[in-house]
Amino acid sequence: MGQTLTQKILSQKAGKPVKTGEVVEIGVDFTLTHDVTGPIAVSEFNRMGAGLVWDRDRVALVLDHATPSKDIQAAEACRKLRRFAAEQGISRVYDEGQGVEHVLLPESRWLRPGSVLFGADSHTVTAGACALFATGVGSTDLAAIWALGTTWIRVPAQMRLNFTGEMPRWLSGKDLILYVLRLIGTNGAHYQSMEFTGPVISRLDMDQRFTLCNMSVEAGAKNGIVPADEVTAAFFGVSPEELKELVSDEDATYEQWLEVDVSGMPPQVAVPSSPGNVKDVTELGDIQVDRVFIGSCTNGRLGDLEAAAEVLRGKRIARGVVALVLPGSTEVFREALKRGLVDTFLEAGVTVGPPSCGPCYGGHLGVAGPGEVVVSTSNRNFRGRMGHADALVYLASPAVAAASAVTGRISSPEEVI
Amino acid sequence: MRVRSRVVCVGDDVDTDAIIPGKYLGSQEPAFLALHVLEGLSGRFPGDLSNVAILCAGENFGCGSSREHAALALRAAGIRCVIAASFARIFFRNAINTGLLAVELKEVSRLSEGDDVEVDIEYGKVVNHSTGEVFSIPQYAGTVRDIVAAGGLVEYVRRRTGR
Ligand code: SF4
Repeated sequence: MGQTLTQKILSQKAGKPVKTGEVVEIGVDFTLTHDVTGPIAVSEFNRMGAGLVWDRDRVALVLDHATPSKDIQAAEACRKLRRFAAEQGISRVYDEGQGVEHVLLPESRWLRPGSVLFGADSHTVTAGACALFATGVGSTDLAAIWALGTTWIRVPAQMRLNFTGEMPRWLSGKDLILYVLRLIGTNGAHYQSMEFTGPVISRLDMDQRFTLCNMSVEAGAKNGIVPADEVTAAFFGVSPEELKELVSDEDATYEQWLEVDVSGMPPQVAVPSSPGNVKDVTELGDIQVDRVFIGSCTNGRLGDLEAAAEVLRGKRIARGVVALVLPGSTEVFREALKRGLVDTFLEAGVTVGPPSCGPCYGGHLGVAGPGEVVVSTSNRNFRGRMGHADALVYLASPAVAAASAVTGRISSPEEVI
Repeated sequence: MRVRSRVVCVGDDVDTDAIIPGKYLGSQEPAFLALHVLEGLSGRFPGDLSNVAILCAGENFGCGSSREHAALALRAAGIRCVIAASFARIFFRNAINTGLLAVELKEVSRLSEGDDVEVDIEYGKVVNHSTGEVFSIPQYAGTVRDIVAAGGLVEYVRRRTGR
Protein backbone atom coordinates (compact mmCIF):
# COMPACT_ATOMS: atom_id res chain seq x y z
CA MET A 1 0.00 0.00 0.00
CA GLY A 2 1.20 3.49 -0.84
CA GLN A 3 2.43 5.98 1.70
CA THR A 4 2.18 9.73 2.09
CA LEU A 5 5.40 11.74 2.28
CA THR A 6 4.98 12.16 6.04
CA GLN A 7 4.52 8.39 6.45
CA LYS A 8 7.58 7.75 4.27
CA ILE A 9 9.81 10.02 6.34
CA LEU A 10 8.56 8.62 9.66
CA SER A 11 8.92 5.02 8.40
CA GLN A 12 12.48 5.68 7.36
CA LYS A 13 13.34 7.20 10.76
CA ALA A 14 11.53 4.45 12.66
CA GLY A 15 13.19 1.72 10.62
CA LYS A 16 9.85 0.08 9.79
CA PRO A 17 6.59 0.97 8.00
CA VAL A 18 4.49 3.06 10.38
CA LYS A 19 0.72 2.88 10.93
CA THR A 20 -1.58 5.77 11.87
CA GLY A 21 -2.03 6.03 15.64
CA GLU A 22 0.89 3.84 16.68
CA VAL A 23 3.66 5.22 18.88
CA VAL A 24 7.12 4.81 17.36
CA GLU A 25 10.60 5.89 18.29
CA ILE A 26 12.33 7.88 15.57
CA GLY A 27 15.77 9.36 14.97
CA VAL A 28 15.92 13.16 14.85
CA ASP A 29 18.10 15.06 12.37
CA PHE A 30 17.80 18.65 13.57
CA THR A 31 16.71 20.49 16.72
CA LEU A 32 15.82 24.06 17.45
CA THR A 33 15.17 26.13 20.55
CA HIS A 34 14.98 29.84 21.40
CA ASP A 35 15.52 32.29 24.22
CA VAL A 36 12.19 31.50 25.95
CA THR A 37 12.03 27.69 25.76
CA GLY A 38 15.82 27.17 25.59
CA PRO A 39 16.82 28.08 29.15
CA ILE A 40 14.33 25.50 30.54
CA ALA A 41 15.62 22.90 28.08
CA VAL A 42 19.18 23.57 29.30
CA SER A 43 18.14 23.13 32.97
CA GLU A 44 16.27 19.90 32.20
CA PHE A 45 19.14 18.62 30.08
CA ASN A 46 21.50 19.18 32.99
CA ARG A 47 19.09 17.37 35.34
CA MET A 48 19.19 14.39 32.99
CA GLY A 49 22.91 14.16 33.69
CA ALA A 50 23.59 13.50 30.02
CA GLY A 51 26.78 15.52 29.74
CA LEU A 52 27.17 16.36 26.08
CA VAL A 53 24.41 16.71 23.49
CA TRP A 54 24.19 13.74 21.11
CA ASP A 55 25.41 15.78 18.16
CA ARG A 56 26.42 19.39 18.59
CA ASP A 57 26.15 20.04 14.86
CA ARG A 58 22.45 19.23 14.91
CA VAL A 59 21.47 21.80 17.51
CA ALA A 60 20.38 25.35 16.66
CA LEU A 61 19.89 28.06 19.27
CA VAL A 62 18.06 31.16 18.04
CA LEU A 63 17.83 34.23 20.25
CA ASP A 64 14.81 35.82 18.61
CA HIS A 65 11.92 36.30 21.01
CA ALA A 66 12.76 38.93 23.62
CA THR A 67 15.68 40.25 21.61
CA PRO A 68 17.54 42.53 21.12
CA SER A 69 17.22 41.82 24.84
CA LYS A 70 14.25 43.84 26.03
CA ASP A 71 15.08 43.63 29.73
CA ILE A 72 17.51 42.16 32.22
CA GLN A 73 15.76 38.79 32.37
CA ALA A 74 15.99 38.50 28.59
CA ALA A 75 19.69 39.34 28.63
CA GLU A 76 20.26 36.64 31.24
CA ALA A 77 18.31 34.05 29.26
CA CYS A 78 20.44 34.79 26.19
CA ARG A 79 23.60 34.57 28.22
CA LYS A 80 22.59 31.19 29.58
CA LEU A 81 22.17 29.88 26.03
CA ARG A 82 25.46 31.36 24.84
CA ARG A 83 27.25 29.75 27.77
CA PHE A 84 25.59 26.41 27.01
CA ALA A 85 26.68 26.70 23.36
CA ALA A 86 30.27 27.38 24.43
CA GLU A 87 30.32 24.41 26.85
CA GLN A 88 28.82 22.08 24.28
CA GLY A 89 30.73 23.34 21.25
CA ILE A 90 27.49 24.27 19.48
CA SER A 91 28.29 26.65 16.66
CA ARG A 92 24.82 27.20 15.20
CA VAL A 93 23.87 30.11 17.43
CA TYR A 94 21.87 32.93 15.85
CA ASP A 95 22.42 35.80 18.21
CA GLU A 96 20.14 38.67 19.18
CA GLY A 97 18.74 40.56 16.22
CA GLN A 98 19.82 38.10 13.49
CA GLY A 99 16.35 36.87 12.74
CA VAL A 100 13.35 34.72 13.54
CA GLU A 101 14.08 30.98 13.81
CA HIS A 102 11.53 29.78 11.25
CA VAL A 103 12.85 32.25 8.70
CA LEU A 104 16.53 31.71 9.47
CA LEU A 105 16.78 27.94 9.53
CA PRO A 106 15.24 27.20 6.14
CA GLU A 107 17.06 30.20 4.64
CA SER A 108 20.41 28.80 5.80
CA ARG A 109 19.73 25.55 3.88
CA TRP A 110 20.91 23.71 6.99
CA LEU A 111 17.67 21.70 7.08
CA ARG A 112 17.42 19.16 4.26
CA PRO A 113 14.41 17.70 2.41
CA GLY A 114 13.37 14.32 3.79
CA SER A 115 14.77 15.00 7.25
CA VAL A 116 13.18 15.33 10.70
CA LEU A 117 13.23 18.57 12.71
CA PHE A 118 11.99 18.92 16.29
CA GLY A 119 11.83 22.40 17.78
CA ALA A 120 10.82 23.75 21.16
CA ASP A 121 8.37 26.09 19.50
CA SER A 122 4.95 25.36 18.06
CA HIS A 123 5.67 27.07 14.73
CA THR A 124 8.50 24.64 13.97
CA VAL A 125 5.97 23.21 11.49
CA THR A 126 6.94 26.06 9.11
CA ALA A 127 9.92 24.09 7.77
CA GLY A 128 7.59 21.40 6.37
CA ALA A 129 7.53 23.56 3.23
CA CYS A 130 10.97 22.04 2.51
CA ALA A 131 9.44 18.53 2.12
CA LEU A 132 10.61 17.51 5.57
CA PHE A 133 8.87 16.48 8.80
CA ALA A 134 8.93 19.32 11.34
CA THR A 135 7.00 19.63 14.58
CA GLY A 136 6.99 21.47 17.90
CA VAL A 137 7.53 20.03 21.39
CA GLY A 138 8.07 21.29 24.95
CA SER A 139 11.43 22.08 26.52
CA THR A 140 11.92 18.78 28.37
CA ASP A 141 11.14 16.83 25.23
CA LEU A 142 13.79 18.79 23.43
CA ALA A 143 16.29 18.21 26.23
CA ALA A 144 15.70 14.46 25.93
CA ILE A 145 16.36 14.63 22.19
CA TRP A 146 19.63 16.43 22.94
CA ALA A 147 20.50 13.53 25.23
CA LEU A 148 19.33 10.63 23.06
CA GLY A 149 19.10 11.82 19.46
CA THR A 150 15.71 10.12 19.28
CA THR A 151 12.17 10.72 20.45
CA TRP A 152 8.74 9.11 20.43
CA ILE A 153 5.89 10.13 18.20
CA ARG A 154 2.31 9.06 17.64
CA VAL A 155 1.94 8.62 13.89
CA PRO A 156 -0.55 11.24 12.70
CA ALA A 157 -3.59 10.68 10.51
CA GLN A 158 -3.20 12.15 7.03
CA MET A 159 -5.12 15.09 5.67
CA ARG A 160 -4.74 16.35 2.12
CA LEU A 161 -5.56 19.87 0.98
CA ASN A 162 -5.65 20.14 -2.77
CA PHE A 163 -5.76 23.64 -4.26
CA THR A 164 -7.03 24.29 -7.78
CA GLY A 165 -8.16 27.27 -9.84
CA GLU A 166 -6.68 30.64 -10.75
CA MET A 167 -4.98 32.63 -7.98
CA PRO A 168 -6.41 36.17 -8.02
CA ARG A 169 -3.88 39.01 -8.26
CA TRP A 170 -3.57 39.87 -4.55
CA LEU A 171 -4.05 36.44 -3.07
CA SER A 172 -1.15 34.88 -1.16
CA GLY A 173 -0.25 31.79 0.84
CA LYS A 174 -1.56 33.63 3.92
CA ASP A 175 -5.03 33.93 2.41
CA LEU A 176 -5.04 30.24 1.51
CA ILE A 177 -4.23 29.05 5.01
CA LEU A 178 -6.66 31.53 6.58
CA TYR A 179 -9.33 30.15 4.24
CA VAL A 180 -8.47 26.61 5.34
CA LEU A 181 -8.83 27.68 8.99
CA ARG A 182 -12.19 29.17 8.09
CA LEU A 183 -13.27 25.82 6.64
CA ILE A 184 -12.01 23.42 9.27
CA GLY A 185 -11.56 25.55 12.42
CA THR A 186 -8.76 25.63 14.96
CA ASN A 187 -9.26 21.97 15.82
CA GLY A 188 -9.94 20.71 12.31
CA ALA A 189 -6.57 19.05 11.83
CA HIS A 190 -6.10 17.93 15.44
CA TYR A 191 -3.16 15.48 15.69
CA GLN A 192 -3.07 15.23 11.89
CA SER A 193 -0.57 15.83 9.17
CA MET A 194 -1.63 18.49 6.64
CA GLU A 195 -0.29 17.96 3.15
CA PHE A 196 -0.64 20.81 0.65
CA THR A 197 -0.90 19.87 -3.03
CA GLY A 198 -2.40 20.83 -6.36
CA PRO A 199 -1.62 23.10 -9.30
CA VAL A 200 -1.93 26.26 -7.16
CA ILE A 201 0.69 24.99 -4.71
CA SER A 202 3.04 23.95 -7.55
CA ARG A 203 3.11 27.59 -8.64
CA LEU A 204 3.64 29.02 -5.15
CA ASP A 205 7.19 30.15 -4.32
CA MET A 206 8.94 28.93 -1.17
CA ASP A 207 8.12 32.07 0.84
CA GLN A 208 4.40 31.44 0.41
CA ARG A 209 4.76 27.75 1.13
CA PHE A 210 6.42 28.61 4.45
CA THR A 211 3.42 30.77 5.33
CA LEU A 212 1.04 27.89 4.54
CA CYS A 213 2.90 25.38 6.67
CA ASN A 214 3.50 27.94 9.45
CA MET A 215 -0.20 28.19 10.28
CA SER A 216 -0.99 24.47 9.96
CA VAL A 217 -0.47 24.39 13.73
CA GLU A 218 -3.30 26.90 14.12
CA ALA A 219 -5.58 24.11 12.85
CA GLY A 220 -4.09 21.80 15.49
CA ALA A 221 -1.90 19.89 13.03
CA LYS A 222 1.15 17.92 14.08
CA ASN A 223 2.93 18.95 10.90
CA GLY A 224 2.34 20.69 7.61
CA ILE A 225 4.16 19.50 4.52
CA VAL A 226 4.60 20.36 0.85
CA PRO A 227 5.98 17.45 -1.21
CA ALA A 228 9.17 18.12 -3.16
CA ASP A 229 9.00 19.53 -6.68
CA GLU A 230 11.02 21.81 -8.96
CA VAL A 231 10.54 24.78 -6.66
CA THR A 232 11.94 22.81 -3.70
CA ALA A 233 14.84 21.56 -5.80
CA ALA A 234 15.69 25.06 -7.04
CA PHE A 235 15.61 26.37 -3.45
CA PHE A 236 18.16 23.75 -2.39
CA GLY A 237 20.19 24.04 -5.57
CA VAL A 238 19.76 20.35 -6.48
CA SER A 239 18.22 18.61 -9.46
CA PRO A 240 14.52 17.62 -9.15
CA GLU A 241 15.70 14.06 -9.84
CA GLU A 242 17.48 14.00 -6.47
CA LEU A 243 14.25 14.74 -4.60
CA LYS A 244 11.90 12.60 -6.67
CA GLU A 245 11.27 10.11 -3.83
CA LEU A 246 10.06 12.89 -1.54
CA VAL A 247 6.45 12.90 -2.70
CA SER A 248 3.39 10.94 -1.64
CA ASP A 249 2.56 7.73 -3.50
CA GLU A 250 -0.39 7.94 -5.88
CA ASP A 251 -2.22 5.24 -3.93
CA ALA A 252 -1.52 6.69 -0.47
CA THR A 253 -4.61 6.90 1.72
CA TYR A 254 -5.82 10.00 3.54
CA GLU A 255 -8.26 10.12 6.42
CA GLN A 256 -9.45 13.53 5.17
CA TRP A 257 -9.27 15.13 1.74
CA LEU A 258 -10.29 18.71 1.01
CA GLU A 259 -10.55 20.40 -2.39
CA VAL A 260 -10.23 24.17 -2.44
CA ASP A 261 -10.89 26.25 -5.56
CA VAL A 262 -9.12 29.58 -5.14
CA SER A 263 -10.65 31.27 -8.21
CA GLY A 264 -12.24 34.59 -7.30
CA MET A 265 -11.36 34.26 -3.60
CA PRO A 266 -11.10 37.66 -1.89
CA PRO A 267 -8.26 38.28 0.59
CA GLN A 268 -9.00 36.63 3.94
CA VAL A 269 -8.80 38.17 7.42
CA ALA A 270 -8.99 36.44 10.82
CA VAL A 271 -11.00 38.67 13.13
CA PRO A 272 -10.63 38.73 16.94
CA SER A 273 -9.93 36.57 18.79
CA SER A 274 -9.25 33.31 17.01
CA PRO A 275 -7.26 32.42 13.90
CA GLY A 276 -10.27 30.33 12.90
CA ASN A 277 -12.60 33.33 12.90
CA VAL A 278 -12.02 34.18 9.25
CA LYS A 279 -13.96 36.45 6.89
CA ASP A 280 -13.52 37.95 3.42
CA VAL A 281 -11.86 41.35 3.71
CA THR A 282 -14.81 42.71 1.76
CA GLU A 283 -17.34 41.69 4.44
CA LEU A 284 -15.65 43.57 7.23
CA GLY A 285 -17.12 47.05 6.89
CA ASP A 286 -15.43 50.11 8.32
CA ILE A 287 -12.81 49.09 10.90
CA GLN A 288 -10.41 51.84 11.94
CA VAL A 289 -6.83 50.73 12.52
CA ASP A 290 -4.27 51.93 15.10
CA ARG A 291 -1.33 49.63 14.40
CA VAL A 292 -0.01 47.59 11.51
CA PHE A 293 2.66 44.95 11.96
CA ILE A 294 4.39 43.33 8.98
CA GLY A 295 6.83 40.58 9.91
CA SER A 296 6.99 37.39 12.08
CA CYS A 297 7.73 33.78 11.17
CA THR A 298 4.52 33.77 9.13
CA ASN A 299 5.19 36.75 6.85
CA GLY A 300 8.65 38.20 7.48
CA ARG A 301 10.28 36.96 4.27
CA LEU A 302 11.44 38.86 1.21
CA GLY A 303 8.36 38.02 -0.86
CA ASP A 304 6.17 39.33 1.95
CA LEU A 305 8.07 42.60 2.16
CA GLU A 306 7.90 42.94 -1.61
CA ALA A 307 4.12 42.51 -1.59
CA ALA A 308 3.80 45.16 1.14
CA ALA A 309 6.17 47.55 -0.67
CA GLU A 310 4.24 47.15 -3.89
CA VAL A 311 1.13 48.46 -2.14
CA LEU A 312 3.00 51.23 -0.30
CA ARG A 313 5.17 52.52 -3.14
CA GLY A 314 4.70 56.24 -3.60
CA LYS A 315 2.08 56.46 -0.84
CA ARG A 316 1.90 57.65 2.77
CA ILE A 317 0.34 55.74 5.62
CA ALA A 318 -2.74 57.34 7.21
CA ARG A 319 -2.27 59.89 9.96
CA GLY A 320 -2.52 58.35 13.42
CA VAL A 321 -1.53 54.85 12.26
CA VAL A 322 1.68 53.28 13.56
CA ALA A 323 3.12 50.85 11.02
CA LEU A 324 6.11 48.63 11.67
CA VAL A 325 8.10 46.28 9.48
CA LEU A 326 10.46 43.77 11.11
CA PRO A 327 12.34 41.78 8.44
CA GLY A 328 12.54 38.08 9.33
CA SER A 329 16.32 37.87 9.10
CA THR A 330 19.49 39.84 8.38
CA GLU A 331 19.50 38.31 4.89
CA VAL A 332 15.92 39.49 4.24
CA PHE A 333 16.85 42.92 5.64
CA ARG A 334 19.91 43.27 3.37
CA GLU A 335 18.02 42.17 0.30
CA ALA A 336 15.15 44.54 1.16
CA LEU A 337 17.71 47.36 1.38
CA LYS A 338 19.28 46.43 -1.96
CA ARG A 339 15.96 46.29 -3.74
CA GLY A 340 14.84 49.63 -2.34
CA LEU A 341 12.03 48.17 -0.26
CA VAL A 342 13.32 49.77 2.93
CA ASP A 343 13.32 53.16 1.19
CA THR A 344 9.74 52.60 0.11
CA PHE A 345 8.73 51.81 3.69
CA LEU A 346 10.54 54.78 5.18
CA GLU A 347 9.15 57.17 2.57
CA ALA A 348 5.67 55.89 3.33
CA GLY A 349 6.14 56.64 7.02
CA VAL A 350 6.59 53.02 8.08
CA THR A 351 9.10 52.22 10.86
CA VAL A 352 11.64 49.50 10.05
CA GLY A 353 13.12 47.67 13.05
CA PRO A 354 15.56 44.82 13.72
CA PRO A 355 14.71 41.21 12.90
CA SER A 356 12.85 39.88 15.97
CA CYS A 357 9.56 38.25 17.00
CA GLY A 358 8.80 41.70 18.41
CA PRO A 359 5.10 42.36 19.03
CA CYS A 360 3.90 39.03 17.58
CA TYR A 361 3.69 37.50 21.06
CA GLY A 362 3.22 40.82 22.86
CA GLY A 363 6.83 40.92 23.93
CA HIS A 364 8.15 44.27 22.81
CA LEU A 365 8.66 46.63 19.85
CA GLY A 366 5.16 47.90 19.23
CA VAL A 367 2.96 46.17 21.80
CA ALA A 368 -0.77 47.04 21.58
CA GLY A 369 -2.53 49.06 24.26
CA PRO A 370 -6.11 48.66 25.56
CA GLY A 371 -8.74 48.96 22.85
CA GLU A 372 -6.22 49.37 20.04
CA VAL A 373 -6.96 47.72 16.70
CA VAL A 374 -4.02 45.90 15.14
CA VAL A 375 -3.65 44.44 11.65
CA SER A 376 -0.87 41.90 11.87
CA THR A 377 0.71 39.49 9.41
CA SER A 378 1.52 37.07 12.27
CA ASN A 379 -0.37 33.89 13.14
CA ARG A 380 -2.28 34.26 16.43
CA ASN A 381 -4.87 36.78 17.52
CA PHE A 382 -5.89 35.27 20.85
CA ARG A 383 -7.00 37.74 23.50
CA GLY A 384 -3.92 39.44 24.92
CA ARG A 385 -1.54 37.88 22.39
CA MET A 386 -0.08 41.18 21.10
CA GLY A 387 -0.33 43.18 24.28
CA HIS A 388 -3.34 44.34 26.29
CA ALA A 389 -6.19 41.85 26.69
CA ASP A 390 -8.60 44.40 25.21
CA ALA A 391 -6.56 45.04 22.07
CA LEU A 392 -8.23 43.65 18.92
CA VAL A 393 -5.97 41.78 16.51
CA TYR A 394 -6.85 41.06 12.86
CA LEU A 395 -4.60 38.64 10.97
CA ALA A 396 -4.03 39.30 7.29
CA SER A 397 -1.57 39.07 4.40
CA PRO A 398 1.24 41.65 3.95
CA ALA A 399 -0.69 43.25 1.05
CA VAL A 400 -3.84 43.71 3.14
CA ALA A 401 -1.78 44.98 6.11
CA ALA A 402 -0.04 47.54 3.87
CA ALA A 403 -3.31 48.66 2.27
CA SER A 404 -4.85 49.07 5.73
CA ALA A 405 -1.92 51.23 6.82
CA VAL A 406 -2.54 53.52 3.83
CA THR A 407 -6.30 53.93 4.31
CA GLY A 408 -6.35 53.73 8.10
CA ARG A 409 -9.06 51.08 8.01
CA ILE A 410 -8.97 47.40 7.09
CA SER A 411 -8.76 47.39 3.32
CA SER A 412 -8.22 45.21 0.31
CA PRO A 413 -5.12 46.09 -1.75
CA GLU A 414 -7.44 46.83 -4.67
CA GLU A 415 -8.77 49.89 -2.84
CA VAL A 416 -5.31 51.41 -2.85
CA ILE A 417 -3.77 50.34 -6.15
CA MET B 1 -0.27 2.21 38.23
CA ARG B 2 -3.59 3.12 39.87
CA VAL B 3 -5.10 6.43 40.89
CA ARG B 4 -8.40 6.74 42.75
CA SER B 5 -10.11 9.90 43.96
CA ARG B 6 -13.08 12.15 43.80
CA VAL B 7 -13.05 14.02 40.46
CA VAL B 8 -13.38 17.66 39.49
CA CYS B 9 -14.67 18.44 35.98
CA VAL B 10 -13.91 21.23 33.51
CA GLY B 11 -15.17 21.82 29.96
CA ASP B 12 -13.88 21.78 26.36
CA ASP B 13 -10.87 23.69 25.00
CA VAL B 14 -9.27 24.50 28.34
CA ASP B 15 -6.11 26.23 27.10
CA THR B 16 -2.71 26.54 28.73
CA ASP B 17 -3.46 30.15 29.70
CA ALA B 18 -6.47 28.91 31.65
CA ILE B 19 -4.37 26.24 33.35
CA ILE B 20 -1.63 28.67 34.32
CA PRO B 21 -1.85 32.31 33.19
CA GLY B 22 1.16 33.74 31.34
CA LYS B 23 1.95 36.22 34.09
CA TYR B 24 3.12 33.40 36.39
CA LEU B 25 5.55 31.83 33.94
CA GLY B 26 8.55 33.59 35.43
CA SER B 27 8.50 30.89 38.12
CA GLN B 28 9.06 27.15 37.84
CA GLU B 29 8.50 26.73 41.59
CA PRO B 30 5.89 23.95 42.03
CA ALA B 31 4.35 25.37 45.22
CA PHE B 32 3.90 28.77 43.58
CA LEU B 33 2.39 27.32 40.39
CA ALA B 34 0.03 25.14 42.45
CA LEU B 35 -1.41 28.27 44.07
CA HIS B 36 -2.50 29.63 40.68
CA VAL B 37 -3.53 26.48 38.87
CA LEU B 38 -6.68 26.82 36.71
CA GLU B 39 -6.92 30.46 37.72
CA GLY B 40 -7.40 31.52 34.11
CA LEU B 41 -10.56 29.39 33.66
CA SER B 42 -13.38 31.58 32.50
CA GLY B 43 -16.56 30.96 34.45
CA ARG B 44 -16.50 28.66 37.40
CA PHE B 45 -13.25 28.05 39.26
CA PRO B 46 -13.19 24.48 40.51
CA GLY B 47 -12.08 25.65 43.94
CA ASP B 48 -10.62 23.29 46.45
CA LEU B 49 -8.43 20.68 44.79
CA SER B 50 -7.12 19.14 47.98
CA ASN B 51 -7.77 15.38 47.99
CA VAL B 52 -8.50 15.54 44.26
CA ALA B 53 -6.07 13.55 42.14
CA ILE B 54 -8.14 13.23 38.96
CA LEU B 55 -9.31 16.06 36.74
CA CYS B 56 -11.90 15.41 34.02
CA ALA B 57 -12.08 17.55 30.88
CA GLY B 58 -13.75 17.69 27.48
CA GLU B 59 -12.17 18.02 24.06
CA ASN B 60 -8.76 19.54 23.29
CA PHE B 61 -7.51 19.90 26.86
CA GLY B 62 -4.28 21.91 27.11
CA CYS B 63 -4.45 23.67 23.75
CA GLY B 64 -2.38 26.80 23.14
CA SER B 65 1.28 27.32 23.86
CA SER B 66 3.96 24.69 24.38
CA ARG B 67 4.55 25.86 27.97
CA GLU B 68 5.36 22.96 30.29
CA HIS B 69 4.27 25.00 33.27
CA ALA B 70 0.70 23.84 32.59
CA ALA B 71 1.45 20.19 33.32
CA LEU B 72 3.80 21.12 36.16
CA ALA B 73 1.17 23.31 37.83
CA LEU B 74 -1.47 20.55 37.77
CA ARG B 75 1.01 18.02 39.11
CA ALA B 76 2.10 20.44 41.84
CA ALA B 77 -1.55 20.95 42.85
CA GLY B 78 -1.81 17.21 43.48
CA ILE B 79 -3.47 16.18 40.21
CA ARG B 80 -1.97 12.87 39.12
CA CYS B 81 -4.23 12.11 36.18
CA VAL B 82 -6.26 14.08 33.65
CA ILE B 83 -9.04 12.21 31.86
CA ALA B 84 -10.15 14.10 28.74
CA ALA B 85 -12.15 13.40 25.61
CA SER B 86 -9.02 14.57 23.75
CA PHE B 87 -5.77 16.41 24.41
CA ALA B 88 -3.86 19.05 22.51
CA ARG B 89 -0.79 17.16 21.35
CA ILE B 90 2.00 19.22 22.92
CA PHE B 91 0.19 19.19 26.27
CA PHE B 92 -0.18 15.39 26.02
CA ARG B 93 3.57 15.04 25.55
CA ASN B 94 4.36 17.51 28.31
CA ALA B 95 2.05 15.65 30.70
CA ILE B 96 3.62 12.26 30.00
CA ASN B 97 7.09 13.80 30.25
CA THR B 98 6.49 15.47 33.59
CA GLY B 99 4.84 12.45 35.22
CA LEU B 100 1.20 13.50 34.88
CA LEU B 101 -1.02 10.74 33.50
CA ALA B 102 -3.06 11.79 30.48
CA VAL B 103 -5.91 9.42 29.65
CA GLU B 104 -8.16 9.77 26.63
CA LEU B 105 -11.73 8.64 27.23
CA LYS B 106 -14.47 9.49 24.74
CA GLU B 107 -17.13 8.73 27.37
CA VAL B 108 -15.64 11.19 29.87
CA SER B 109 -19.05 12.89 30.20
CA ARG B 110 -20.19 9.76 32.07
CA LEU B 111 -18.02 10.94 34.95
CA SER B 112 -19.54 13.75 37.04
CA GLU B 113 -18.12 16.18 39.52
CA GLY B 114 -17.67 14.47 42.88
CA ASP B 115 -17.78 10.90 41.53
CA ASP B 116 -15.35 8.41 43.02
CA VAL B 117 -13.23 7.36 40.05
CA GLU B 118 -10.38 4.91 39.65
CA VAL B 119 -7.92 4.82 36.76
CA ASP B 120 -5.92 1.66 36.23
CA ILE B 121 -3.18 2.12 33.68
CA GLU B 122 -1.88 -1.50 33.59
CA TYR B 123 -5.31 -3.00 33.05
CA GLY B 124 -6.42 -0.18 30.76
CA LYS B 125 -9.65 0.72 32.52
CA VAL B 126 -11.47 3.55 34.24
CA VAL B 127 -14.00 2.63 36.93
CA ASN B 128 -16.68 5.01 38.14
CA HIS B 129 -17.32 3.60 41.62
CA SER B 130 -20.21 6.02 42.11
CA THR B 131 -22.21 4.58 39.21
CA GLY B 132 -20.56 1.20 38.81
CA GLU B 133 -19.65 1.86 35.18
CA VAL B 134 -16.39 0.55 33.76
CA PHE B 135 -14.70 1.95 30.64
CA SER B 136 -11.72 0.60 28.81
CA ILE B 137 -8.86 2.86 27.76
CA PRO B 138 -5.94 2.14 25.44
CA GLN B 139 -2.78 1.06 27.23
CA TYR B 140 0.36 3.12 26.81
CA ALA B 141 2.78 1.51 24.40
CA GLY B 142 6.47 1.56 23.61
CA THR B 143 8.47 4.54 24.74
CA VAL B 144 5.42 6.25 26.27
CA ARG B 145 4.88 3.25 28.55
CA ASP B 146 8.54 3.33 29.59
CA ILE B 147 8.45 7.07 30.35
CA VAL B 148 5.31 6.64 32.46
CA ALA B 149 6.89 3.73 34.29
CA ALA B 150 9.99 5.81 35.02
CA GLY B 151 7.81 8.60 36.41
CA GLY B 152 8.77 11.13 33.77
CA LEU B 153 11.17 11.91 30.98
CA VAL B 154 14.10 13.13 33.07
CA GLU B 155 14.16 9.85 35.02
CA TYR B 156 13.63 7.88 31.83
CA VAL B 157 16.66 9.47 30.16
CA ARG B 158 18.77 8.99 33.29
CA ARG B 159 17.92 5.30 33.34
CA ARG B 160 18.45 4.87 29.65
CA THR B 161 21.83 6.55 29.64
CA GLY B 162 22.81 4.75 32.86
CA ARG B 163 23.27 7.86 35.05
S1 SF4 C 1 7.33 35.34 15.22
FE1 SF4 C 1 5.69 35.00 16.70
S2 SF4 C 1 4.85 32.97 16.26
FE2 SF4 C 1 6.82 33.17 15.18
S3 SF4 C 1 8.33 32.24 16.58
FE3 SF4 C 1 8.26 34.44 17.01
S4 SF4 C 1 6.73 34.68 18.66
FE4 SF4 C 1 6.46 32.65 17.76
